Amino acid sequence: MLKILKYSFYDLIRSRWSYVYFLFYLALGFVLLFLNNDVSKAVITLMNVIIVLIPLIGTIFGVMYYYNSREFTELLLAQPINRRSIFMGQYFGVAGSLTMSLVLGLGIPFVLYGLLRSNAIFDFSLLLVTGAFLTFIFVGLSFVIAISNENKIKGFGYAVLLWLFLAVVYDGLFLMSLIVFEEYPLDTFSLVATALNPIDLSRILILLKLDISALLGYTGAIFKKFFGTDLGFLVSMAILLLWTVLPILGLGHKAKRKDF
Amino acid sequence: MKIKKEHIKFILGCILLMGFQIGMANTWTVCATCENNSIKETIARATDHDTIRIEKGTYKEFEILVDKPLVIKGIGYPIVDGEKKGEIFKITSDNVTLDGLFVINVGVSYTKDNAAIRVVQSKNFLIQNMVLEQLFFGIYLEKSSHGKVYHNRIIGQAVDEYNSGNGIQLWYSTDVEVSKNHVQGTRDGIYLEFSDRITITDNTSVDNLRYGLHFMFSNNDVYSNNTFENNGAGVAVMFSKFITMKDNTFQKNWGTAAYGMLLKEINDAEISGNTFEENTIGINIEGSNRIQYHNNDFINNGWAIRVIGACYTNSFTGNNFLYNSFDISYNSKLNDNVFEGNFWSSYTGYDLDKDGVGDVPYRPVKLFSYIVNRTPETIVLLRSLFMDIIDFSERVSPVFTPDELKDIRPLMKIRP
Repeated sequence: MLKILKYSFYDLIRSRWSYVYFLFYLALGFVLLFLNNDVSKAVITLMNVIIVLIPLIGTIFGVMYYYNSREFTELLLAQPINRRSIFMGQYFGVAGSLTMSLVLGLGIPFVLYGLLRSNAIFDFSLLLVTGAFLTFIFVGLSFVIAISNENKIKGFGYAVLLWLFLAVVYDGLFLMSLIVFEEYPLDTFSLVATALNPIDLSRILILLKLDISALLGYTGAIFKKFFGTDLGFLVSMAILLLWTVLPILGLGHKAKRKDF
Repeated sequence: MKIKKEHIKFILGCILLMGFQIGMANTWTVCATCENNSIKETIARATDHDTIRIEKGTYKEFEILVDKPLVIKGIGYPIVDGEKKGEIFKITSDNVTLDGLFVINVGVSYTKDNAAIRVVQSKNFLIQNMVLEQLFFGIYLEKSSHGKVYHNRIIGQAVDEYNSGNGIQLWYSTDVEVSKNHVQGTRDGIYLEFSDRITITDNTSVDNLRYGLHFMFSNNDVYSNNTFENNGAGVAVMFSKFITMKDNTFQKNWGTAAYGMLLKEINDAEISGNTFEENTIGINIEGSNRIQYHNNDFINNGWAIRVIGACYTNSFTGNNFLYNSFDISYNSKLNDNVFEGNFWSSYTGYDLDKDGVGDVPYRPVKLFSYIVNRTPETIVLLRSLFMDIIDFSERVSPVFTPDELKDIRPLMKIRP
C-alpha cells in the first residue's frame, strides 16, 4: 500500500497539478497578507475560501484522478496485490498530496509574515486541520462515487452534485427548516444540523475561534457552550474523523466487490 | 524729613505685615507634622473663602464635610485614605474647589451610594486634577449646578455590577461641564440621570463594566470628542431629547450584548462626525425619531446600524460604511427614514456620468440580516456560500427587504 501511495503521490507531483494547487495557495496567502498585514484578519478571509474551495477541488481532483488512472489500476489489479491496498494507496496519495499543497502553500507565507510570533497561530492551525479533514473527506467521497460509476459523465455529475448539496443546498434546507419551525426551540436542532455537515461544522468551528463569533449572539452562546468546551471540540473532531473514515470504509467495501 | 521717612517705613511695614496677616488668615496648611494635621478639623476652623493647602502625606479620614466656600488644594498629590469606611468628601456649600488630591478606599455599601466626592445642592463648584482609586462611586453630583469636573482620573476595579458604582454620576444636576476626565474600571463610566444642559467633552471612558456613558431622562446635553472603548455594553442614551453627539469615538465594544451606542426613545438628536469602529453593533436604535446622522464613520462593525422598530423621520447622510458584516439591519417592511449620499464599501454600482454619485441605488439591507431578525437562530449560517448567493439575488431584485429602503445617491468615493 505504501508503495502505491508513494507512486500516486509522486505521480501527482510530477503531473504539476500539485504545483498549481500549491502555487495557488501560496499566491493567495501572500496576496492576502500583502493587502492587509493582519494575520488574524487574513484567517477570516481565508476561511471563506477554504470552506468553499477545498471541498470543490478535493471532489473534482478525486474523481479526475480515479478515472484517469483507471488503466494503471487495472494493471495493478492483475498483480498479486491486495485490492484494498491499491485503492487505499491511491486515495491517500491524492488526499495526501492535496493536503501537503494546502499546508505548505498557506503555511509558508504566514510563517514569513510572522505567524509564529502572533497569537493567531492556534486559529491558523485549526484552519489547516479542518482544511486537511475536508480534503480527506471529499477526496474519499469522490473516490466512492467514481468507483460506483463506470460512466465518467455520471460520476462527475454526482460528484459535483454532492459538493453542491453539502456546500449550498444543505444550508438552504437548513435555513428553510429553521424558518418553518421558528415557533419551536431550535437550538439542539441547529447544533445537530450543523454537526452533520462537515462544511458547516468546519465553518462554525473556525468562526467560534474568531472575534466574529460575537455576531452569533445568543445562538452563538449556545454553540460556544458546546463547541467551545474540550468535549465539544473532541466531539466535532470525532465527527470530522467519522466523515473521513466512512468513505474510506465504503471505498474498501466497494473495491472488494467490484468486478473489473 | 527724617521722621517722615521713618513714618513711611513704618506705614509700609504695617501694610506689609497686615497683608501677610490677611494671607495667614486665609491660607491653612495641613501636613502630618503641622499643628493642623487633620483635614476635617482644619475645615471646621477655616472661614469662608479660605484656602486649605494639603501637603504631601497620607490622611486617614472619611466623611469630610465641606460646608463653606473653600479652596482645598493638594500639594504633590497627598493621599486621603477613607479606609473603606464610608464617603470621603461631601460638599454642601457653593463655590468649593477641590484640586489635586489622591482619594482612595471608598467604603462599599449595599444600602448607600458612597462616593469619593459627593456634591450636594451646590453651585459653582470645581473639581479638578483629582485621582480617585479603590472606589465605589467616584464623583457624585446631586442637585448641583454650574460646576465643572475637569481633568480627573478615576480608576476603579469593578468586577460585578451589583457591588460597584459609577465613575462620574450626575443626578438632577444642570449646567455642568465634564471634561478631560479619564474613567476606567467602574460600572458606568459617566452616568446622567435627570440632568439637563450638561457638556461632556474630551473624556476617555474605557474598560467599564456596563456603559462608558449612560444617559437617562436628560435633555439638551452635548457630548463631543470623547473616546469610549471596550466597555461592557458601550454607550447607552435613553429617554432623552435634544442631545448632540459629535466627534466621539466608539470602539472595541465587542461582545454578544455590546453596542457602540444604544439609542432608546431618543428624539431630535444630532449624531455627527463620530467614529464607530469594531463594535458588535455600531448603533442600536429603538424608538428614536427625528435624528440626523451625518458624517459618521462606521468601520469594521458586526452591524453598523441596527434598527428595531418605530424609528421615524431619521436621516442618514454623508456617512461612511466600511467593511461592516451588515450595514443596516431592519426588522420591518416599513421605512420612513432617509438614506442619502453615503459611501458604502460593498456598493458595486457604477458612475457613468462621472459626477461622483453612483447611478444605481444601493440597498443596504441584506436579505440575511432580514432573515436573522426574523429567526435569530439562522445566524449560524453566517458566512456560508448559500447566504452569499441569496444575498446577491435579493440585491438584484428585492422581494423581502423594504423596497424603498435604499440610498439613491450612493457616493463612489469615500468621504474624506
